[in-house]
Amino acid sequence: MLHLEGVRKSYREPDGGVLPILDVPKFHLSAGEQMVLLGPSGCGKTTLLHVIAGISRADAGRILLDGVDVARFSEGLRDRIRAEKIGYVFQTFNLMSGFSALENVLLGMTFARGKRDPQRALELLDRVGLAHRMTHKPDALSVGEQQRVAVARSLANRPRLLLADEPTANVDPANQQHIVDLIRETCREEKIALLMVTHSQEVAGQFDRVEQLHRINLVLNRTKTA
Amino acid sequence: MSPLLIAWRSIQQRGLASILTTTSMMLGVVLVVMVLSIHGVVSESFRSNASLGYNMIVGAKGGKLQLTLNTVYYLSTPVENVPYDFYLEFKKQDQRRQEMRSSFAGQAAEDEAAVAQMQTLAALGAGPASLLTSGLTAAAVEQTNDRQMGVDRDGTLAAYPQMLIPLCLGDYYGRFRVVGTVPEMFEQLQFGPDRDRSFEFADGRNFQHYNDKHQYFEAVLGATVAREMNVGVGDQFSPAHGAQDGHTHERKFTIVGVLAPTGTPNDRAAFINMEGFYLMEDHAKPIKSEDRTPIEPVDPATLPEGGMGKTEEELAYESPDPLPVEQREITALLVNTNPRVAPGLENTVNEGPHAQAVFPVREIYNLFSFIVEPIQMVLLGLTAMICIVSGISILVSIYNSMSDRRHEIAIMRALGAGRGTVMSIILLESVLLSMIGGAGGWLLAHLLNQAAAGYIVEKTGVSISFLSIAPAELLIVPGLLLLAVAVGFLPAMSAYRTDVARSIGK
Repeated sequence: MLHLEGVRKSYREPDGGVLPILDVPKFHLSAGEQMVLLGPSGCGKTTLLHVIAGISRADAGRILLDGVDVARFSEGLRDRIRAEKIGYVFQTFNLMSGFSALENVLLGMTFARGKRDPQRALELLDRVGLAHRMTHKPDALSVGEQQRVAVARSLANRPRLLLADEPTANVDPANQQHIVDLIRETCREEKIALLMVTHSQEVAGQFDRVEQLHRINLVLNRTKTA
Repeated sequence: MSPLLIAWRSIQQRGLASILTTTSMMLGVVLVVMVLSIHGVVSESFRSNASLGYNMIVGAKGGKLQLTLNTVYYLSTPVENVPYDFYLEFKKQDQRRQEMRSSFAGQAAEDEAAVAQMQTLAALGAGPASLLTSGLTAAAVEQTNDRQMGVDRDGTLAAYPQMLIPLCLGDYYGRFRVVGTVPEMFEQLQFGPDRDRSFEFADGRNFQHYNDKHQYFEAVLGATVAREMNVGVGDQFSPAHGAQDGHTHERKFTIVGVLAPTGTPNDRAAFINMEGFYLMEDHAKPIKSEDRTPIEPVDPATLPEGGMGKTEEELAYESPDPLPVEQREITALLVNTNPRVAPGLENTVNEGPHAQAVFPVREIYNLFSFIVEPIQMVLLGLTAMICIVSGISILVSIYNSMSDRRHEIAIMRALGAGRGTVMSIILLESVLLSMIGGAGGWLLAHLLNQAAAGYIVEKTGVSISFLSIAPAELLIVPGLLLLAVAVGFLPAMSAYRTDVARSIGK
């Protein structure tokens, strides 16, 4: 379902130097598979997700999504792929503060063609247990509730792949397990492949497949060697 | 969720800034619409008043515009007068003879003729043929009289006018001009854009040349005068001489009619019988002839109290003789003539020593084209600048919010919104702010128009309503759209260039 080959990404530093961030020779995630990438802060987890989602463009390599190399796509096409096939849960939720919970979920459908389905948005809010708070804006919701809205939004377009970037890092311990369960159950039910990055061993321990990022990202190995 | 709703939510989020920028745009549009409305009202007023019912004004030599403003709009300082006998040059022989009977020359000629006739009859004796001879003699005497009075012919300009209305200006009733004229003014003059409207009386009747009750001292008031001075039919007034604060004449005029509103400057004038105008003190032109004693108009105050068995009221209305022609002047003549011969009449009058002829419509359009329109264009330009400044305030408002909104733009981009989509959302926001301000401004301006409609119709005769739309107003919508896109472009480009990876955070 998701296949990375020779994906590299680096950033240009203010002094003109080049800072390599990613060097992923090979990475594969099957359809409906759920896995965790473990790694400490600053190891390129978020950059990897950005590159997979098309938010950032890889400097080199192939990113095959359902067999199609999206790395070659123009920015506009990558935006479309992201809107229609990829769900994204952020560590900081990234809800729109001026929109209600329902509108935030609907916003997830706004940019995908033919996906505007208010009924689906209501169902998702119901599934995350927030149907009764759908008119509330984010600042009226607790942190856990905000992340649940973000999860509902990420699933709005029935994506093929869900990228979750430390979804429980900002959530209180009581809600962490609930968020993880919610994401995993929904992905399982809807046959969505899940790639979650975290530095929490506790979260990672619940997944069948756990990868250390430094095994995938050779840049980290080079740094370690150096 | 549509981009429009997203833009609207963003406007709602920045409530105070949005309200201020919208209000600023609204006031700009109010000013533009009001200037356009005023332009429309002034144009319509000029257009309607330019259909005067006459095509030429003859008056004293001097400024053409001043003569026009004085005669058509009763504005500006009073102009000089022209001799009455010049006015008589526009008349046929029988009318000239009739008028000259009240002249010194006419009186002298009649006196001389009577003496000559008596002498002739005496020389012939009182035979049977005397009656026939007397008749022949009378005819010969009349011819002599006509020669002496200068009325043995038509006036030199008598062939030109189809309508001729004399005006005597100079006095005031309150702040309004008093116009001495003839009853034909309200019988023959047709006005309005199609020259098909006649004067109508809201109350009373036209004044008469003479009647036993009021003699020469009847008046008709324009609608505004009657309302503002709070007078009506049966009331009396005395004009002030020469200026609003000039001394008040003793002579009282009785109001016999109030005109229905016409929407012309005539609503703001008090019309009195020209014969009565001449008979007020200080209105008789001093004459140089030393062997004639001019007939002084009767001042009711100088009449002996209770004299000759008449009541004070009767004495006050003692009918004096009309003022001799030699002591009369007129301020202007309203002349309607065949347009084909009008230039010839203009040349003839202008080449003479007494007067000038002007085409008022030409003067009015000159005034409008060279003075009023440019001023209005300047006003329009200024108000358009206000709109542009309002637009810039929208730009500043949106642009200042961009640093706060970069994160939200990044969220939308992360959810799949393209650069063009977020750019269009920002442009929509600018368009919405402009359009809401524009619509509010248009609505407010037209409500103000509606509220002022009564006042405007009273002052100018131009009727406007809530839905009176100046053609140029149709440019407001595309104009605002262009402005909104122009001012929204900079922040929209900023949104377009937002670096999602950097702005989204984790």
